[in-house]
Order: sequence, then C-alpha cells, then structure tokens
Amino acid sequence: MQTDATIITAKDLTKTFGDFTAVDAISFEVGKGEIFGFLGANGAGKTTAMRMLCGLILPTSGKATVAGFDVFKQSESIKQNIGYMSQKFSLYEDLTVKENMRLFGGIYGMSTKAIRDKTALILDELNLQKEQNTLVRSLPLGWKQKLAFSVAIFHNPPIVFLDEPTGGVDPVTRREFWELIYRSAHNGTTIFVTTHYMDEAEYCNRVCIMVDGKIEALDSPSALRHQFNTDSMEGVFLQLARKATRSGD
Amino acid sequence: MIEIDSIKKTYKNGKESVPALRGVSFSVKEGELFGLIGPDGAGKTSLLRILTTLLLPDSGTATMKGFDTVKDFKSIRQITGYMPGKFSLYQDLSVEENLEFFATIFKTTISENYHLIKDIYGQIEPFKNRKAGKLSGGMKQKLALSCALIHKPGILLLDEPTTGVDVVSRKEFWQMLQRLKEQGLTILVATPYMDEAMLCDRVALMQDGRILDIDTPARLIEKNAHNMLAVKSPDMYNLLLTLRKSTAVDTAYLFGEYYHVTLKDSATSTFDLNQWLETQGQKQVEIKNIRPGIEDIFMNLMQSHTYAN
Repeated sequence: MQTDATIITAKDLTKTFGDFTAVDAISFEVGKGEIFGFLGANGAGKTTAMRMLCGLILPTSGKATVAGFDVFKQSESIKQNIGYMSQKFSLYEDLTVKENMRLFGGIYGMSTKAIRDKTALILDELNLQKEQNTLVRSLPLGWKQKLAFSVAIFHNPPIVFLDEPTGGVDPVTRREFWELIYRSAHNGTTIFVTTHYMDEAEYCNRVCIMVDGKIEALDSPSALRHQFNTDSMEGVFLQLARKATRSGD
Repeated sequence: MIEIDSIKKTYKNGKESVPALRGVSFSVKEGELFGLIGPDGAGKTSLLRILTTLLLPDSGTATMKGFDTVKDFKSIRQITGYMPGKFSLYQDLSVEENLEFFATIFKTTISENYHLIKDIYGQIEPFKNRKAGKLSGGMKQKLALSCALIHKPGILLLDEPTTGVDVVSRKEFWQMLQRLKEQGLTILVATPYMDEAMLCDRVALMQDGRILDIDTPARLIEKNAHNMLAVKSPDMYNLLLTLRKSTAVDTAYLFGEYYHVTLKDSATSTFDLNQWLETQGQKQVEIKNIRPGIEDIFMNLMQSHTYAN
C-alpha cells in the first residue's frame, strides 16, 4: 500500500574507504509501503549503501534518515526499527523453527505473549505447523528463505532490507517469496530489496540502478524500459552496467 | 563422451536419510555444451562430484571417455577440468601462483598450455601478483576457470559458475564457454538460472534428485507448450487475489511485469477472462496470449511432478 509519506531519505550520501569512493553522493527517497529495488553490478556499491542505511557502518558524508532516525546519530534506533535479511545468514540452523522466532522476538524486546501470538500467525501463514519443532537445518532452502523473511519482519518493523533473498531458489518458491513481499507491502511494510534476477526488478514499484558508486537511473520499471528504449529490465541494466569502469565485489 | 546410468546417492543425516539422486541416467555427446538446470537441492552438485570422482555413488555407473568414475578415477582426473560451486583456490597464493600450482600438479607448465587460457587468463593477468583472496567475484571466477583448463582437459565440469554474479558478468562468462566449446571441449554446466538453459545445446531439467526432461531448449519449449495468458493491471496485488479466486484459472503467478495465467482445460474454449475480471471490479486490465518460455515449462513440469508424488 503505497502512500506519499517518505520513510527513507538520502542526500549526497557518501562512503569512502581510503582513496576509494564506494558510494558517491547518492540521493533518493523511498515512500512508505513501497517496494524499492536496488540493483547494480557486483562492486557497484549496493551493499555499502545498504549497510549505511541499516546503521551498520557510518557514512563519510551526506545525510540520511531511515524511519525518521539519523544514520549518523541514531544507528541503534534504526536497528530496532528495521528488519534485515541477508543472503548468507539469517536463521540459526541448529535451532528449531519455533526457537528461532522466540530468539528474534526476544532480541527485539517483544513480550512473551506477543511472541507466542506472532509465532502462531506465521506458522499458519507459511503452513509450517507440522514443522514447528524441526531444526531449521533440515528444512528445504525455499522454506528457509520464506521463514527468514517472516522472522525479519517478526517485530513488525516499518521497513525491511532484503539482500539478494532469492539466490539459487527454485522458480516456484521464488514467486511464493515475492507474494510474501507483496502481501507485507500491501499491509504497509516498506521493502528495500537487492536482486540479480531481472524479472524480479519488474516486481518493484521503483528501481534504482547503481553504477560505480552513483545512481544512474531511478524510476518505475515501465518508465525505465521506456527511457532506455528496450522491452525488458535486463536491457536497461545491460545498457547502464556496461558503462561501469570498475569491477569487484 | 559422458554416460550416466541409474546413479543413486543418499546422504545420512543422523537417523534421517536424504536422497540426493534417485536414479539418474543420461549421456552427453562429444563437443556438446550440456546444461544441468535446477534449483538448490535438485542433485546437481552430487552428480558433478560423482563424475569428478570426489564422491562414490550408492549404485549405478558413470563413464567419461570410456573411463569408469570409480575404477579409473586417476584417468578421469587427467581428462577433466572441474570448477566447484564454492571458490576453492588458495586465497593466500597469488593469481599466478595458483595457476602454476595446478599446472605443476598435472605435470605441465603455464607456458605449454597458455594458448588454451589466453582469452580468459589474459583478462586477469595484469593482477597476477595479487592474492587470490583479494580478487573480485568476477576475477575469481576467471581464475578458477583458468586453473580448471590449464592441464588441457577434454571435459569441463562447472558447478553453478554464475550464481550470485550480475547479468553483465553472466553474459561474458557464457561467451567464454561458447568459445571453449568451439575449441572442441565437452562442457557440462550446472545452473539455477533458467535463462541460461537457452544457451546450451541440450539441457536436463532436474528437480529433487530426478530428471524431469532432457532435450534441446527449443524442443523442450515446443513439446511442453501450453496455452498461456499474460495479464497485468495498475493494481497488481488485487489482480492476483482476484485471479486466485476464479474457478476457471488453473495457475497464476508473477512473471516480470505480467502475471502468467493458465486456464483449466474445462474453461479454455468458452471462458472470457477479461470479461470476468471486469465483473470483479478490475480496471484497465491488459491480457494477451503468449508462448510459454523455458521457466514456465520448468515450473509446469516441476509442479506436475510434485503432485504426481
């Protein structure tokens, strides 16, 4: 459910490592309830930008607020008000489905009752009641990813950051995952997502493409396709990313 | 060139047994670029590890160039190049040291086989003194491929070489594979990306330890083609909920800017989806007939398989 209220604002946000400018004065806004796609080649600066917005690293210069909190001064408040799902690690494999939810609910300071209610709700939504006492390790990857997303928004954050959430996942599960995203966006959660799948870029309300630390394009997928005179987001991406002069991770 | 016959492999996880390959058979012809297409857990890695002699099958046999992967493992290792899914070179050796190491193990030298890797290694040679651990993803990929080629193998086995790699680097990588194929190499490549299937001579679609189908990409699409509609509207979320309510709709799922929709056999001839959506209050709906692509075909096969079991 998109509204006019903004939940992320970035103005000339910059991060340098020594003489290397990883993120070079990026400016953008994300609206509440928006699905915002963040694309770029490996090494374009996506992860660094995302880590600044999550309060994990300090920017070198510029300004940014996330959920109303300043990335320079209020990084702890940001962490409490966002959800984050990384590609590599998000759930404890040697805890059960239910234990993972209790752990993350506890970390975010939820009451025992709130944790119990939310756990029941998610088990129901994901059809995982039978697996509630199964170790996460033995779940199929697709289920893990869906569970990881639900755990990332367990504490009802207004915004959730997803870092390549669907890598390697089968095409059916990938779509089920995106339906979960649609549903939470419809309920007002803002989604900030990176992906290498160009069809997934189409599922976003707006897409931002980074090249060499700068934002080279930012608009709805249909406007970008029109602007770059191509019939797919892949076409847009290829035109922009081929201009890149740096490569890396 | 590669013959795989009824290979089965089951892993033990405590008391649980997890089947990885449930009887897989197919063959790859000499000089073919063959794709193993399937998601995580399909059994691609297990199969490649059996072919590279790193894993023993529970039953079944596999031969490459006539050599048995169990009995003739030493010969197999001479004739195959393998790029595992996880970056497995020595992070604390330099680019050149890694390549030299693999050349030496196979009793050859970089200069002897330089012509084989020139095209690929040439791109990272300016950084030959850099530690492998300090390379970017795309450069690691090129080094790993160079190391897999340095002993002049006739067969190249690649395990998800493009996972997590951006679209541009993926395109470049497949161009490299195409050139290697032109030099006569037989290539077996595993990938979870459906669009890469179109770049192979033939593909095996894999799911849950089984092969769903094997053919050229064009024939796979042709023989599995079914009627399909692409549907979109300004309010995509509500459109999806509405489509799911229809008793005439068989499947409806996201696909790029559209939903791909199939109708039940009973409904296709008489049912007017556009009209029905209008009665449900959906506005500005755009509907067109389309030909399913390889990803549609895969999902269709995958789901009919899941239901069949």
